[in-house]
Amino acid sequence: MDFASYERAGAPPKEITSAKIVIAGGFGVGKTTLVGAVSEIEPLTTEAVMTSAGQGVDDASKVPDKGTTTVAMDFGRITMADDLILYLFGTPGQTRFWFMWDELIRGAVGAAVLVDTRRIADAFAPLDYFENRHLPYLVALNCFDGAPRYEPDEVREALAIPAHVPLVMCDARVRDSVKQTLVSVVEHAMDTLVAEQGGYPAPVG
Amino acid sequence: MGQPHDPRGNLVRPYAVTRGRTEPRREIPIEAVLVASQDALQEARFAGHDKYRIAVLCESKAQSLAELSARTRHPLGVMRVLVADMVADGLLALHSAVPKTGFAERMDLLERVLSGLRKL
Repeated sequence: MDFASYERAGAPPKEITSAKIVIAGGFGVGKTTLVGAVSEIEPLTTEAVMTSAGQGVDDASKVPDKGTTTVAMDFGRITMADDLILYLFGTPGQTRFWFMWDELIRGAVGAAVLVDTRRIADAFAPLDYFENRHLPYLVALNCFDGAPRYEPDEVREALAIPAHVPLVMCDARVRDSVKQTLVSVVEHAMDTLVAEQGGYPAPVG
Repeated sequence: MGQPHDPRGNLVRPYAVTRGRTEPRREIPIEAVLVASQDALQEARFAGHDKYRIAVLCESKAQSLAELSARTRHPLGVMRVLVADMVADGLLALHSAVPKTGFAERMDLLERVLSGLRKL
């Protein structure tokens, strides 16, 4: 073993933990923009192939020439430490691919449902989805230029967002704003965890 | 005889690179990261073009299943089959992305993620 490879092999390999936060919302709501605002890499796109019936293709012999479609998901990465990586996954824009959402939220820290106030109705399907899942989520109003400004209470009422779901304002293009949104997701996940535990947060200091 | 056909990028036959196998030898979460040691990289030279390429990507930097899929332009399901093979053959080390189950463990992870975000 030469010196260089000894150096590389010197430290025992550390177990790397990867966490993920899911960014949900309708098509064109700004999910990829949001991911790109904080990701250390240009957002990447991964594809899943499935039949048009909306199920995963699990047998290549059953893949016909027609009737297959690909679902694309954009994602980004934040390396937080040499043993901790956070991934941000955008959901597929088309809400009919629910099973892909199921895979994305499995094991996730939490989710943000991004809402465009110009097309508020697009948020109904994503919100319905999370309402029935065991995953902490919040609603982030993406403040586009020129988009109608609503009071958070108006949006909460229009979308029938439950009281326990936080609602935050966000500009998906602005790093600090996205960072704050993600901080809110994690804080909400912590509050939820504590509440589930039936306890109270331990006093600090 | 027709032209040599590269199945990559062909959506109709994406599983050609796995010779039609679609069931991974183990489930791998989309965000689970994989690492190739230098020794594994050397071995992967003999495992075929696609697997070698995966090993090269994972030697310089830990890569998630999603990143490998995106960077090699193989669909997620195809990448899962290839990567599961490589893990079984000792060419890649799979790092756990399994959700922490205990309260303290989960809280610890959330705190680390929170502090990482605040430092951005």
